[in-house]
Amino acid sequence: MELLDGELELREIQKLEGHTDRVWSLAWNPTGTGVAGMLASCSGDKTVRIWQKGPSGSWDCSAVLEDTHTRTVRSCAWSPSGKLLATASFDGTTAIWERVGGEFECVATLEGHENEVKSVSWNASGSLLATCARDKTVWIWEAQPGNEFECVSVLQGHTQDVKMVQWHPFLDVLVSVGYDNSVKVWTEDGDDDWHCVQTLGEAGSGHTSTVWALSFNSAGDRMVTCSDDLTLKIWDTSQNPSETSGDGSGSWSHLCTLSGYHDRTIFSVHWSRDGLIASGAADDAIRLFTESKDRMVDQPSYKMLVKREKAHDMDVNSVQWNLKEPKLLASASDDGTIKIWELSEVSKLVEHMLLQEFAAGTGVDRHQTF
Amino acid sequence: MTLGMINAHPVVHAKKERVARSEDLHSDDALDALDVFDILPPVASSICFLLDLSTELLEFDSVRDIKDPEHPYSLEQLSVLSEESIAVDEKLGRIKITFTPTVKHCSMATVIGLCLRVKLIQSFPPHFKVDINVSPGSLADEEAVNKLLNDKERVCAALENPSLRQLVDECLYSNELYSL
Repeated sequence: MELLDGELELREIQKLEGHTDRVWSLAWNPTGTGVAGMLASCSGDKTVRIWQKGPSGSWDCSAVLEDTHTRTVRSCAWSPSGKLLATASFDGTTAIWERVGGEFECVATLEGHENEVKSVSWNASGSLLATCARDKTVWIWEAQPGNEFECVSVLQGHTQDVKMVQWHPFLDVLVSVGYDNSVKVWTEDGDDDWHCVQTLGEAGSGHTSTVWALSFNSAGDRMVTCSDDLTLKIWDTSQNPSETSGDGSGSWSHLCTLSGYHDRTIFSVHWSRDGLIASGAADDAIRLFTESKDRMVDQPSYKMLVKREKAHDMDVNSVQWNLKEPKLLASASDDGTIKIWELSEVSKLVEHMLLQEFAAGTGVDRHQTF
Repeated sequence: MTLGMINAHPVVHAKKERVARSEDLHSDDALDALDVFDILPPVASSICFLLDLSTELLEFDSVRDIKDPEHPYSLEQLSVLSEESIAVDEKLGRIKITFTPTVKHCSMATVIGLCLRVKLIQSFPPHFKVDINVSPGSLADEEAVNKLLNDKERVCAALENPSLRQLVDECLYSNELYSL
């Protein structure tokens, strides 16, 4: 039997149903409870659902956060402590929910954006929150005692709708991406003076259509962006932008572009702790990429490891690796469902099946090729 | 794989003089589906067309010529499609629509595109992917309009605007009332 040892696949563990409209975004609780934790999902049905693995081993909806947002909830993000969940909505507000036991209570509502808020992100220490909206701005909020949040800066610079914001994994550096095809890097010049230190890819290496999402690797020295231009771009983010001359030339650079793998808009991208990049696209598929250790090539290159077609019945809007179990992946779709996947090796699966056959005495010929 | 390309009969309307717009429309603002609604006269019946779609055929039907005495625009200034082409790939589940708005105003093209998208979502199974574009050369800002019409998030947000949603619904359903 010919088997590719170590060939990987995404095995569907469970399909989570409950939302009554498209699911836009997912977030794994960084601390969580139990082995694999807690997942938050947000939807066009105006609610946020919390999912947890029950004693039976299956994922169940443990809470529905409703009657707060009056329009689509587009994005959600847990604070680093795992105690707070921020939810961004098309109603122009960002709600902060506090987890008390199994219950969630809305403890703050951040207003200010002129229209739909698209994304929310906490910095590494949980002291800052960033939001972005169709009003082309990025807002930075400071978390204060008693669940108070104060807006400390409104960042102008994007010329169109801003789709996503994401903080660097350990530096207070913020990245925003959007409809104007740009990727902007923001740092603070001491005392709430935030400005754009770099716009990535302006010199021709940038995206040529809307940039939908970004993700840093765990070391923070690489970043991946995904776009409507059907490519993923990998960036070298090893230099601290706060330490550069600030003349606009910037310290981050383009490393490589993954093209030819997607034929429809890529909505989501997420880099796992193990170094795997997952992408979710409008062709209903999930793809996994990894750095190719090809010694023939000077430049780092990436290759596609897995392609899971028809992962959902409709567009995949979000893919998120579990932060504690790096082989667990969650995906969200326009079809209103969330799926939990496990990355597993095909050969091990088949070998296991064969061993079971032997034990049952069915006498499968191990050399049979199929 | 079925591919049908149909050009409907161009609907000929006598063109009247354009009324000068008082708003200064910057290219980004003009293309915003929500801003578009603020500009349009709030009478939904002034835009009226129906696309009757089967899986292969597009029948272009009834562009109504209803004058609205309260507003400076006559229907023909606001109407609509001169011709459109539709390509349906049932196997892959893809639809590609290209339309030519008779009025060169980009705001109108955005609303028409929005109506087209809603009609298609209602007419085809949910797994179908729809691409809507204005035909090349029909608008100065066609790239920008195409981008907006194919941005799922922008379309969703626009359709959550109750006034705009009502406008779209009335565009699509009002024809049924008149045909009774």
